[in-house]
Amino acid sequence: MTAPQTSNEIAYNGSMKILVMEDDREAADYLQKAFAEAGHTAHVAGDGETGFALADAGDYDVMVVDRLMPRRDGLSVIAALRSRGNTTPVLILSALGEVDDRVTGLRAGGDDYLTKPYAFSELLARVEVLNRRAGARESETVYRVGDLELDRLSHSVKRAGREITLQPREFRLLEYLMRHAGQVVTRTMLLENVWDYHFDPQTNVIDVHVSRLRGKIEKGFDKPILHTIRGAGYMLKGG
Amino acid sequence: MALSLPAIMKTTAARLSALYLLLFALCAVLLVFYMTSLSARMLTAQTQETINDEVLGLAQAYQRGGLPVLVRVVENRSRQPGANLYLIADANGQILTGNVQSLEPGVIETEGWTTQPFSYQRFGEGELDRLRSGATDQPAPQGGDNSTPRSTGEKGHNAIALVLRLPNQMIMLVGRDLGEPERFRAVISRALTLALGMMGLGGLLIWFFVGRAALKRIDSVSDASRRIMGGDLGGRLPVTGAGDEFDRLSENLNAMLARIAMLNEGLKQVSDNIAHDLKTPLTRLRNRAEATLAGRHKTDDYRQALEGTIAESDQLIKTFNAILMISRLEAGYSSEQTGPVDLAATVSDVVELYEPVAEEAGVTLEATVPEAFTINGNRELIGQALSNIVDNAIKYSTDAAETPKVRVALERAGSEIKLTVTDNGHGIPDDADRARATERFVRLEKSRSQPGSGLGLSLAKAIMTFHNGRLDLLPANPGLSVVMCFPLRETH
Repeated sequence: MTAPQTSNEIAYNGSMKILVMEDDREAADYLQKAFAEAGHTAHVAGDGETGFALADAGDYDVMVVDRLMPRRDGLSVIAALRSRGNTTPVLILSALGEVDDRVTGLRAGGDDYLTKPYAFSELLARVEVLNRRAGARESETVYRVGDLELDRLSHSVKRAGREITLQPREFRLLEYLMRHAGQVVTRTMLLENVWDYHFDPQTNVIDVHVSRLRGKIEKGFDKPILHTIRGAGYMLKGG
Repeated sequence: MALSLPAIMKTTAARLSALYLLLFALCAVLLVFYMTSLSARMLTAQTQETINDEVLGLAQAYQRGGLPVLVRVVENRSRQPGANLYLIADANGQILTGNVQSLEPGVIETEGWTTQPFSYQRFGEGELDRLRSGATDQPAPQGGDNSTPRSTGEKGHNAIALVLRLPNQMIMLVGRDLGEPERFRAVISRALTLALGMMGLGGLLIWFFVGRAALKRIDSVSDASRRIMGGDLGGRLPVTGAGDEFDRLSENLNAMLARIAMLNEGLKQVSDNIAHDLKTPLTRLRNRAEATLAGRHKTDDYRQALEGTIAESDQLIKTFNAILMISRLEAGYSSEQTGPVDLAATVSDVVELYEPVAEEAGVTLEATVPEAFTINGNRELIGQALSNIVDNAIKYSTDAAETPKVRVALERAGSEIKLTVTDNGHGIPDDADRARATERFVRLEKSRSQPGSGLGLSLAKAIMTFHNGRLDLLPANPGLSVVMCFPLRETH
């Protein structure tokens, strides 16, 4: 276990320019403030038309779009932006998400989906992962974080030159953590991306998987590399 | 029930009765007119035939003995009771013999059939006073009486006749009284009046007995619904047991009310449970914040308190999500999100997901998946239901007498696919408790100490209902078997 870290440490991952399309004034203000505290700049659009105009004109790293908005709903804004060649990553917020909402949302061009009520740490973590400037690792075949090295082709993991044997699922877990090294990754994000399930498990099953993985990649090494971020999730960080 | 006329006419029963009455009356009138005109025509034809026969006989008499014989025969026939009309007049229209005293002017001037019934008077009946007063027996009297021959027709008679001119220019008229057809017409018209009157009466009676009965039933239904709307939610619409349309209507409405009551009850239970079960964590949350604020603490204490607050809030959010999920599933949302689901793969996924948890808890988790079953459903939901059940099984097997063990088995049993999760813990020995375990927020006494929202099994049950399946809780001696039963042919 690592020592508790401050909130700045949790969130800071390079400043992002975020567009928040949310008609609830209070919620939008809160998001703006919270994003600012996390070191990002957030612009707020109170309705779909304004949101579309801002997104079309501005150069944002990530957009957070509420599904239900006056004048134009979120999905149609996203679809319109996509058809104009705008590829800015979008996280869709939905108030009363049904099970198929996620699918329709993602089909409309959204990149991630979050149902209200949500924890801001969850939203922040997802937005940071979506950040297009940080999303370039997809094509790399070898991930390196500190002295930890993961080869996606040969499925081998080494730390400080020492081979570590992982189960297939542990490998995928580490692969995801390494792809988003330096970013907070929440438990639900891990469940979604490593197990492809989108529900809240009753027990924190993910914690057990992570601590197993931690045992394998930290045991016998002096430096912790997989950090627990309280109230948020995990972060793989070297050095 | 005292109703004013306009109010009565507003009722469907009265309006229908009136409409039927009108239609029937119209039909009856048409029918009667048709019948009357038909009969009248037949009677006229018959009369003309009789007259023709008479004329034939008279012609023979004339041929036999000339005018004297004819006159004798005519006088003879005139005297017989119920005789036809006979009249012989000279070329000027002066009546010579016959049983006609007077007749409408102009009748005997034209030869052939009289085009219209004419009025006449016989000898020896009526109008004797007029005879005595010196009125002539001219066939064309100019007095006031002949200006209204039709109106006096009641006193005189109407007849049709054949007028012939004899070779010596004398005029012979043979006619027949129309008393018979006229009496017939009178009978018909009386019958018609009577029938219409009866129909009116009948309509009123029908309205009174049938219409009012229907009206009463409808009123009782609307009274009952008013009572129910007024707050008597347990009230039901009256069913007479006659099995008629009203009963069927009432039964259907009652079934609807029962369903609404059930949903309402569910809603009430949920809100009660929410109030009860969410109050505890919310109070805890508040107390923690208050206590932290009140005491003199170091920064680390504040941090710890805030982290605790966040963790508690997250749990609350999870609970809310579960409640929303259950409601949505129970409301039955679109089946768009279903597709082929490999149950075997889902079992492997979930078992793999929970394996480390089980191991950490000292529980052996094993799965038996003999063959792959693909059903139509929602992988997410099935995965969630199964993980909730496995989660529970692991929690409750830890108090097992022997080595704690959870088995997950997928098998086909008859027309169902059964996904069974069995633990060897204490189980739920009480039948009633077992039945209650899937209710929302129900946490049986022994499980109060375990973490969890009390929604896991309710959610699993809602998910199974969504898949047209069911969730069975069976005793496993020791332990509990939770069976997810999927119909073999999934209809989603």
